Amino acid sequence: MTTEHHKVLSANLDNENLHQLDTYISLGGFEAFKKALKMEPAQIIEEVKKSGLRGRGGACFPTGVKWSFMPTNSDKESYLINNADESEPGTYKDRLLMERNPMLVIEGMLIASLAMKAVHSFIYVRGEYAFPYERTKDAIKECYERGYLGKNIQGSNFSHEMTIHRGAGAYICGEETALMESLEGKKGQPRLKPPFPAGYGLYGKHTTINNCETLATVPWIIQNGGEAYSKIGVESCPGTHLMCISGHVNKPGIYEIDMGYPILDFIENEAGGIRNGNKLKAVVPGGSSTVVLTAEDCKGVNIDAESLKAAGSAMGSSAMIVMDDTTDMTEAVLNLSHFYSHESCGQCTPCREGGHWIEKIFARIAKCEGQETDLELIEKVCGQIGGHTICAFGDTMILPYLSIIEKFKDEFVAKIKKSNSSKSLLDRRALNFELGAH
Amino acid sequence: MTETLSFTDIEKGRIEEIKSLYPDKRSAAMPLLFVAQEKLGHITDSAIEWVSEEVGLSPVHVRELVTFYTMYYQKPVGKYHIQVCRTLSCALLGSKEITEYVHNRLGILSNEVSEDGNWSFEQVECLGSCGTAPMCEINDVYFENLTPEKIGEIMDAIEKEKPDLRYSTLKDKIGEGLANYPKSSNL
Repeated sequence: MTTEHHKVLSANLDNENLHQLDTYISLGGFEAFKKALKMEPAQIIEEVKKSGLRGRGGACFPTGVKWSFMPTNSDKESYLINNADESEPGTYKDRLLMERNPMLVIEGMLIASLAMKAVHSFIYVRGEYAFPYERTKDAIKECYERGYLGKNIQGSNFSHEMTIHRGAGAYICGEETALMESLEGKKGQPRLKPPFPAGYGLYGKHTTINNCETLATVPWIIQNGGEAYSKIGVESCPGTHLMCISGHVNKPGIYEIDMGYPILDFIENEAGGIRNGNKLKAVVPGGSSTVVLTAEDCKGVNIDAESLKAAGSAMGSSAMIVMDDTTDMTEAVLNLSHFYSHESCGQCTPCREGGHWIEKIFARIAKCEGQETDLELIEKVCGQIGGHTICAFGDTMILPYLSIIEKFKDEFVAKIKKSNSSKSLLDRRALNFELGAH
Repeated sequence: MTETLSFTDIEKGRIEEIKSLYPDKRSAAMPLLFVAQEKLGHITDSAIEWVSEEVGLSPVHVRELVTFYTMYYQKPVGKYHIQVCRTLSCALLGSKEITEYVHNRLGILSNEVSEDGNWSFEQVECLGSCGTAPMCEINDVYFENLTPEKIGEIMDAIEKEKPDLRYSTLKDKIGEGLANYPKSSNL
């Protein structure tokens, strides 16, 4: 039995021609934009503030508040960036929007640009998403041809340019300042903040960066009012969101659900329960950079920013990875540590070096070659990474490591014990030498 | 494939168009590297020089991009480059079996090219297709919900049809793909 959820983003997704302008308009598309054209910028921002919409990229920051950081009278131009670099393991919702409903994304960007008086907006799509890129690029082209982009849009005095840009395979470019560096034709290495993008962003201009799903939610809010949106879900974190679920469930996929829906109901009802009748072991609730929850932890926890925070984790990018009781957690964490070690941009030493060493230690534990002091060592290195880097990559990388060790300690200890009993002291010295830990 | 870059008039027009899409042409460095790669198969020294001249950056600056971003190839890859996702969701559902199948069939290791130059493969990090795991990307097209049998069928079909699976920056479109496999996702 499934609960009825609101359809803010997924209403017409089964229409095969939704990506074409005429179909989109025939289903009520661009009505919200036309409404916004008659509103004052401050009114649009007010409406989004009233909706309580929080960013869907991972940080859950209130969108209307972020928009209000943009200066209202400045000589410098303003830009909007749609962050569609979606690379957080487990997350694939923006891909769905760009493939199936790119016009909605464009409409949301136009409304946001009206609100912030942005003259040019950019969509930064991860390089591997060739098909979503093509669909969205064609949609932009059609909008230019039909007067929804360019000079004097639909006969108004609002003019706007839109550029879609392909990344080239760097996870870190999802970090907003790294994204701007990349868009400027540089290596995607995060900038120090402050200055914040609203003051000094892309090419030094005023810039706001929003996640793709966040922007796609805006037309509904303008059309139906911020208050209507704020009544969906829970008060502290209203609305619906596209929840990705993957791993050991019977029906992985993307489901639009109201905020505040219980995790265990979601796994059971929407995702069809755990495969092969197995037992739930662990859940990564919001993309791989969030604290892992055990089956026990999940009891009574709902999918919304505050409930997940209270459970010690985070909503992140609404991407759940489910593991059943056949999963070896020492292997799972090794897999993630390889990801972070590979994707560190290399700018800050604690993240670049620490991430690499942690992977090596996890690897020897998984191979039953670990040492008694290894868990302590990992915790120590994590302590040297967290809070000591320019961006949040280092801070979030250690969350799955520390939580998996803490919650599944028995598995690590058992493997370490096995290695201590099966290896002679001489062997262990040789291993130490190999790892450079002598 | 030639080692030097030459373009038709239509292609030159497209290159100018790419440069005009940004407030500053230095932003065109990334798309123009894709253009060079499309022509040469990988990024050569002459490609770096060409991009640096087009966008007004120093060659060392452009080289930094080539070494930072993994989608620029510093050495030749196969005509069909298979990238098998190895991150958590895919790993939980058997990406290892997919990798082993590809490895055994081609007789090459990750980051190697088959002798005939037709195939290469590598294990890559999350490609954003976690709900349809395990999966791989061949050139610029995703293949999802894989089993060893299914990747085998896909490779057979590629050998038979020899389809275009690349995204062409110059033509600004993706190749026709394989007949029985849609380019859109199975989401």
